[in-house]
Amino acid sequence: MKNTNPFKQFIAKRFAFLHKSSFLAFVQKEFYHIFRDTRTMLILLGMPIIQIILFGFAITTEVKNSQIAIYDPSNDIATHQITDRIKTSQYFDLVKYIKNPAEINSVFKDGKVGLLIVYGEHFNENLMHTGKAQIQIIADATDPNIATTLIFYASSIINSYQLDMMKQLKIPYQIQPEVKLLYNPQMKGAFNFVPGVLGMILMLICAMMTSIAIVREKEMGTMEVLLVSPMKPILIIIAKTIPYFVISFVNLITVLLLSVFVLNIPVAGSLFWVIIVSLLFIFVSLSLGMLVSTLTNSQMTAMLVSGMVFMMPVMLLSGMIYPTENMPAPLQIVSNIIPAKWFIISIKNLMIKGLGISSVLREVTILSSMAVVLIAISLKKFKKRLE
Amino acid sequence: MKPSNITQMPAVIANNISKSYKDVMALKEISFSVDKGEIFGIIGPDGAGKTSLFRILTTLILANSGSASVDGFDVVKDYKEIRKRVGYMPGRFSLYQDLTVEENLSFFARVFKTSIEENYHLIKGIYQQIEPFKNRRAGDLSGGMKQKLALSCALIHKPSVLFLDEPTTGVDPVSRKEFWVMLKDLQKQGITILVSTPYMDEATLCDRIALIMNGEILKIDTPQNMVNQFDKTLLGVQSKDMQRLLTDLRLYPQVQSCFAFGDIHHVTLNNVDWSKDDLTKYLTEKAHEDIIINPIKAGIEDCFMDLGISNPSQTN
Repeated sequence: MKNTNPFKQFIAKRFAFLHKSSFLAFVQKEFYHIFRDTRTMLILLGMPIIQIILFGFAITTEVKNSQIAIYDPSNDIATHQITDRIKTSQYFDLVKYIKNPAEINSVFKDGKVGLLIVYGEHFNENLMHTGKAQIQIIADATDPNIATTLIFYASSIINSYQLDMMKQLKIPYQIQPEVKLLYNPQMKGAFNFVPGVLGMILMLICAMMTSIAIVREKEMGTMEVLLVSPMKPILIIIAKTIPYFVISFVNLITVLLLSVFVLNIPVAGSLFWVIIVSLLFIFVSLSLGMLVSTLTNSQMTAMLVSGMVFMMPVMLLSGMIYPTENMPAPLQIVSNIIPAKWFIISIKNLMIKGLGISSVLREVTILSSMAVVLIAISLKKFKKRLE
Repeated sequence: MKPSNITQMPAVIANNISKSYKDVMALKEISFSVDKGEIFGIIGPDGAGKTSLFRILTTLILANSGSASVDGFDVVKDYKEIRKRVGYMPGRFSLYQDLTVEENLSFFARVFKTSIEENYHLIKGIYQQIEPFKNRRAGDLSGGMKQKLALSCALIHKPSVLFLDEPTTGVDPVSRKEFWVMLKDLQKQGITILVSTPYMDEATLCDRIALIMNGEILKIDTPQNMVNQFDKTLLGVQSKDMQRLLTDLRLYPQVQSCFAFGDIHHVTLNNVDWSKDDLTKYLTEKAHEDIIINPIKAGIEDCFMDLGISNPSQTN
C-alpha cells in the first residue's frame, strides 16, 4: 500500500497514532456497520423528521375556526352579547342559526358543525331576576379530544361574560375561577409533543439500537473473538455506544431545527441548557442500553426488552401523551422511575416556558443519579467472560 | 515434529478440568499438556466438550474445578496476558459479514495493536489467496475463503498459541486439505496449534491427538502409536445389501462391534481365532450375495470406536 500523494503521506504519518488505536478502530468499524445498513440508517435519521412533521401537522389536537351553530329562542341583549363574543373568537366560526328545536339533532349529522350552543328561554330576564339562566353546550364527541377542547373554549367565553356581568352588577362577594392559558396560550399541540418525541427518539436510538448492536456481536460469535484480545471488555462496549451517541446528537439538532423553523416553536430558554439536559438524557438511555445488552443474549430479546420495558412506558407513562397528573396514584409512582418523564418536564421548562436551569434542578438531579446508578449496575453486571 | 528443546515448559497445561452446565457435565477431570510448537488435535464427535475446553483455555469461561495455563499464564488469574498472546478461531467463522476482507483483517490487526503490514509475512501464504477479493464483503465469500480470512485474522498479531475450534467444519474437501498444509507451515514458524475436529482423517495430520467423548479424554498419543496399539482383529466386510448386512453382522456372536465406514463395514472381533469360512457361511445362510471379507489395518476412527465402546460411561 503506497501513497504517492505527498499530502496523503503527510496525513498518514501525522495520524499514524490514530491508526494504532484499537479503540478508534472499533469506533470506525461500528460506523461501517451503521452506514452499510442503509435502511436502518435512513430510519434512524429520518424518523425524527417524519415524527415531528406527523405530530406537527397531521395529528393535531389544536382547534381553530371550528364550525358552530346557535339556537337562540330568547333573542335578547344577554344572548346577543355572548354570541358576539363567541363569533369574534378565533376558535369558532358561527355558520348557522337554528330556528327550530327539531333541527338540534340534524345539525350535527353532516359532521361539519362541532358545537351547538342552546340558550334557555327568557335568558336575560331570568339572569336579571333570579340570577340564573340556562345555557346548554352540545358537542359532537366523535373525537372526544376535540369535543373537550371546544367545550372548554366555549365555557371560558361564557365564564368571562359572566364575570364582566358580575362586575357591573357589583355583587359584593363573588369568586369566579379565571382560566388563563399560560406559556401556550393558543394551546398549540406541538408545544407538548416536541419534548415527548425527542424523549422517545433518544430512548429508541440509545437504549434499543445500542443494546441490539452489542447483543448482535454475542449472537454472531464475534464477541468471543473480541474478548480474546488485549482490548478491555468495557472499551468494546463504550466503542459500540459512540456511533449511537453521535446519531442521537444529530437527531437532537434535527428536532430542534424542525421545531424552530417548521413548527415555529421558539427555544424560549437557553439552548445551551436544552442541549446539556438532552445529553444527560442520552447518557441515561445509553446506560440503559448497556444494561439490557449485559442481561440478554439474543437480538430478539434485546429488542423486546427495550421495546416493552422502555418504549411503551415512555409513550404511556412519561406524560408525553397522557398527563401524569391524571393517572391513578400507583401509576404516578411508577412513572417516577421513567427517565423520559423527567427529561420531558425539563425540556418543557427550559425550551417552552423559557425558565432557567434552576427551575429543573430537581429533574436534572434525578436524571444524573439515574445515569450514575445505571452505569454502576451495568459495569458491575458486565462480564469479562462469556458467561 | 517434536520441539527441539525438551526442557521447555509446555505451551498448554490442563489439570483435572471439570465443567458443568446446570445438570450436564460437559468436561470431566480433563488433564493433558501440549508442547511448544506442537500440533495437538482434539478429536471427538459433536457434544464431546471440545468447544467448552477451548473456551476455558482461551479464558472465555471458567472451569468448575481444576487449573489450566497457557504459555505459562494461569487462565483465571492472568487472563489478560493470555488474551494478548493467543489466537482464537471459534467454530463459526466470526467475521463481520458487512465489512470487506481487508477491513476485517485490518480491524483485527488494530484491535491487537499491530497492522497488516507489520505481520504480513505471517499470513502471506494464506492471505495471498484471498487478496484478489480484498474489497469484497466477507459475507459474499465462499466457505473456504471465509475460513482463510478467519485464520488470517486469528494470526495477524503473531500469537504464540493458536486455538482452532473445528476450523474445517462446513468446508469443502479441497479447502480442508489446503488448510492443513497451512497449519504445517505455521508450525514451522514456531506457533503451537490446538485444533479440534470431528473428522478422523484429519487426526493423522496432528503430532499428537486426544480422543474425547462425553467430556472425558479416552486416550492421548501420537496417531501412529494409537493405530499400532489397536490389538483386535479388524475386518472390512461388503455385500450387496449393506443395510441388512450391518444388522446381521452385529448378531454374529464373535462380532464385538460393527460400524458403517462409507461403502464398507468395519467389524471388530472379540475372538482372535476366527474363521473366514464360518463368517462367510453365516452370511450366506442369511442370503447375502457378493460377500467380500478382508482383514484391514485399523485407522484412528476404529481406535476411537473401540475406545468409545470399552469406555464404561458410554452406555449404548
